[in-house]
Amino acid sequence: MIDNIKNKIENLINNSDVMLFMKGTPSMPQCGFSAAVVGVLNHLGVKFDTVNVLQDQEIREGIKEFSNWPTIPQLYVKKEFIGGCDIIREMHENGELSDYLDEKGIKVN
Amino acid sequence: MPMKAIEIEDLLLKVFPDAIIKIDDLRGDGDHYAAYIESKKFLGKTKVQQHQMVYNALEGRMGNELHALALNTSTPKNGD
Repeated sequence: MIDNIKNKIENLINNSDVMLFMKGTPSMPQCGFSAAVVGVLNHLGVKFDTVNVLQDQEIREGIKEFSNWPTIPQLYVKKEFIGGCDIIREMHENGELSDYLDEKGIKVN
Repeated sequence: MPMKAIEIEDLLLKVFPDAIIKIDDLRGDGDHYAAYIESKKFLGKTKVQQHQMVYNALEGRMGNELHALALNTSTPKNGD
């Protein structure tokens, strides 16, 4: 991956406590999986930033190589990759996600 | 070119020979599946690592031929 793309991604991740790379926007998600993660974060009352990968092909492909994860959405908390839709949904259902966010000092409902 | 459930299972069994695998065809279009995989190989691995092991077993098809694969990975309950 070209350095400037990697730097672009790193800056996005480093400058946000909770960063979601998604298809579309929270108010207009363009994919069911992205919408599901937005729903979980909204349900928990978490403040989060997003990147619409549909508007930046470099990021859309670069993020997959960056995290060695082939799909979107991708959630990062305090610069760490947490997972895609399945993992976020599973962690939310068993209460692991809010515990994790608490532990990382992220405000949750 | 979408995939058949049996193709997914074969690829997974190559990497997880001990696994109990169940694959649901969510839409009948060969592009949207759910897979339930139980294997000792997941022991000691984080969820992200478990799913990455599955994606690697699919040899790059995830996100290409295979648009959606809802994953549920687990380790044998009594750890035998």
